[in-house]
Amino acid sequence: MSEKNPFPNEKNSGHVWDDNLRELLNEPPTWWRIGFHLSWILVIVYTLVYPSWPMLTTHYKGMTGWTSIGEYREDMKDLKKIRAKYEDKLPNMSAAAILADEELSNYSVSAAKVLFGDNCSACHGAGGSGNIDYPILADDDWLYGGTIENIVQTISYGRKGFMTAQASTLSETEIDELATAIYSGNPTSTSLFTEKACFACHGMDAKGMHAMGSANLTDGIWRFAAKDQLASIKYTIKHGINDTSDPKTRNAEMPVFGSKLDENDIKKLAVYVHKLGGGQ
Amino acid sequence: MATAKKNQQDQESIDKLYEESIHWHVNTGDETIHAKRVPGIFRNLKHVGIMTWVIFFFGPYLRWNGRQAITFDIPNRQFHFFDITILPQDVWMLSLVLLFLAILLAVVTSVAGRVFCGYFCFQTVWTDMFTWIEEKLEGNPGQRRKLEKKPFLQRKLHIKALKHSIWILMGMLNGITFTLWFGDAFDIWIQFLTLKATPIAWTAVATFAIFTYLFAGFMREQVCLWLCPYARIQGVMLDTSTILPTYDFHRGEPRGHLKKGSSNNDQGDCVSCNQCLAVCPTGIDIRDGQQEGCITCGLCIDACNLVMDKIDKPRGLIRYMSLDELEGQELRPLYKRPRPIIYALIMSIALAGIIYGLTHLGSLELRVIHERQPLFVTLSSGEIQNRYELKILNKTEKRMYIEVQASGIDGMKIHGNEKIFSAKPGRLTSHTLFIKVAKNNLIKHRQTVNIVVTDRDNKEHSASYDSMFFSP
Repeated sequence: MSEKNPFPNEKNSGHVWDDNLRELLNEPPTWWRIGFHLSWILVIVYTLVYPSWPMLTTHYKGMTGWTSIGEYREDMKDLKKIRAKYEDKLPNMSAAAILADEELSNYSVSAAKVLFGDNCSACHGAGGSGNIDYPILADDDWLYGGTIENIVQTISYGRKGFMTAQASTLSETEIDELATAIYSGNPTSTSLFTEKACFACHGMDAKGMHAMGSANLTDGIWRFAAKDQLASIKYTIKHGINDTSDPKTRNAEMPVFGSKLDENDIKKLAVYVHKLGGGQ
Repeated sequence: MATAKKNQQDQESIDKLYEESIHWHVNTGDETIHAKRVPGIFRNLKHVGIMTWVIFFFGPYLRWNGRQAITFDIPNRQFHFFDITILPQDVWMLSLVLLFLAILLAVVTSVAGRVFCGYFCFQTVWTDMFTWIEEKLEGNPGQRRKLEKKPFLQRKLHIKALKHSIWILMGMLNGITFTLWFGDAFDIWIQFLTLKATPIAWTAVATFAIFTYLFAGFMREQVCLWLCPYARIQGVMLDTSTILPTYDFHRGEPRGHLKKGSSNNDQGDCVSCNQCLAVCPTGIDIRDGQQEGCITCGLCIDACNLVMDKIDKPRGLIRYMSLDELEGQELRPLYKRPRPIIYALIMSIALAGIIYGLTHLGSLELRVIHERQPLFVTLSSGEIQNRYELKILNKTEKRMYIEVQASGIDGMKIHGNEKIFSAKPGRLTSHTLFIKVAKNNLIKHRQTVNIVVTDRDNKEHSASYDSMFFSP
């Protein structure tokens, strides 16, 4: 091929296609060579400046000592500075005072969203929307009271409900009658309510007592909500709540968070929960 | 034998064709173009084009109601344009502005060629200013070429130094002016003069200064030929009705040198004086036809007209004309050309959108997000409660005190509007609202509720939003 090169005075490889297409042996362009040399120089500079080469037991740390975790910590410090304006005020204020302050309560709500997600929403659902067998926090039905102080106490010390299992003291028909009355929202309509001493916990008007955490039986909001609500009520009457003598008893226990979260986080959470819509 | 001869002839004619095609020479940067300056209509038009850049340099100093009239306030995410403040929520208007400008470029190019390149483009304008300074300091193109050929030490160093310092100063002024649009011009000047400007500002100035110096001082037409994307794009917007600087070869050819005292009738009007070449800022020969390097600035027309006047020939051997006209056809009027008509239509739609946007820029904006977790709750009283997150954007420069009202369902109770709350200027404020409705007032699972927010101090500042009320 090369002996028949039709362009003998040209720096080409001697490969010619279609009569005049040929491969030239020109140097690469200057800008390309400069770019190439700059690239490998940059590689060396980079590996010297930043942590790079692996060694036997450790790795080369780089001239500047930069690490990504270090940068992250620096950024977190900056974030803390921004938050300090609010965070510094929180320890000296009660949850009620924070709730009353528009700016601080807004800050608490945005801070508590994450706390709620980490600690509360597994049981109470995102946004306090509730779960099967766990209370809704967005409504205004509070077994232990819905004031900000009540909420702080509930989070800090937890709660454990109790109701005696009545399977041995009530007959099937009595349970039916009582459950039907409760389901209709008017438990006092049956004499069983007073005869069987339900009132002792649930109150004479059957509206529950916050001090004991007993349920309001008249409002149509069910702590243990179910598709067949009547059957669910019967079950609760029969087996009670946290009654150790009955293996089929219902469980209702709010764990203690006072040991897990610090006081400020609990205040923030209380403000958040109070603002979900049912705070009193 | 005869066929062999014919083949040879064919080959020769093809070779000739290729000879012509490689005749076109593009300056790949191996020589500096020193364009001559001649007076004329198009030189004046170019000056008019240059004057539009005065707005760029003096715009930031305009005051309006005690602040800068036009500011791109990036830190506060606001754009001030006289009385109008545009927040990020209104940037859809920006896309309409960009659409308008893009189509404007297209329609202008299809009607009158690359006039943007020739008269308004900053590359053209800055190059023109830089070469003007060069001419003032180093003399006319001939003198400049001579100076270039002198050995380095013999160059008039002080003149060169002065020229380059002026160029760099112009580049810096360009960069500083750019930064002035993003804040208060006087503050930024003080920051620069006291060396307290932000690193971003310094970087912007350095970048602008370096690239102005390189592009307008050294690369010049190379930018148009090898760097600029618009040069390529605008090329495809032309058609045979587009008017461009064109050499009338019917009249000019065959060209030849003018001999004193003899009138050669075989010769065309072109006297091969090469003045059109001498003045061209991109160094092309317009007589080779319309080509990539032509920025349609018309300076060759000025030069040719001067020569035609001198030799008593009519002007317009090179003139703005379309390919159709060159071939003896009538120029199609604008209204018979679908391209400008469609472009004009798109432009008016975009313009209508912009005008609508500017006149309907509310001072208050409201978005309502209905809480989904849970959609609704039943309260002890038996009422159904829905929770709404109100996002209120105060677009004015004053703090607003917001009242909330809601309507839509009989007997609805609103909770969370008892207190008037404040909305910071230029900021988004969220507010929670609860609506309670007794079960017997609910007709459907979903009912519309209308939420209205109003500024306590100015009832005209108001916004409304239709949301839903959900129930079991």
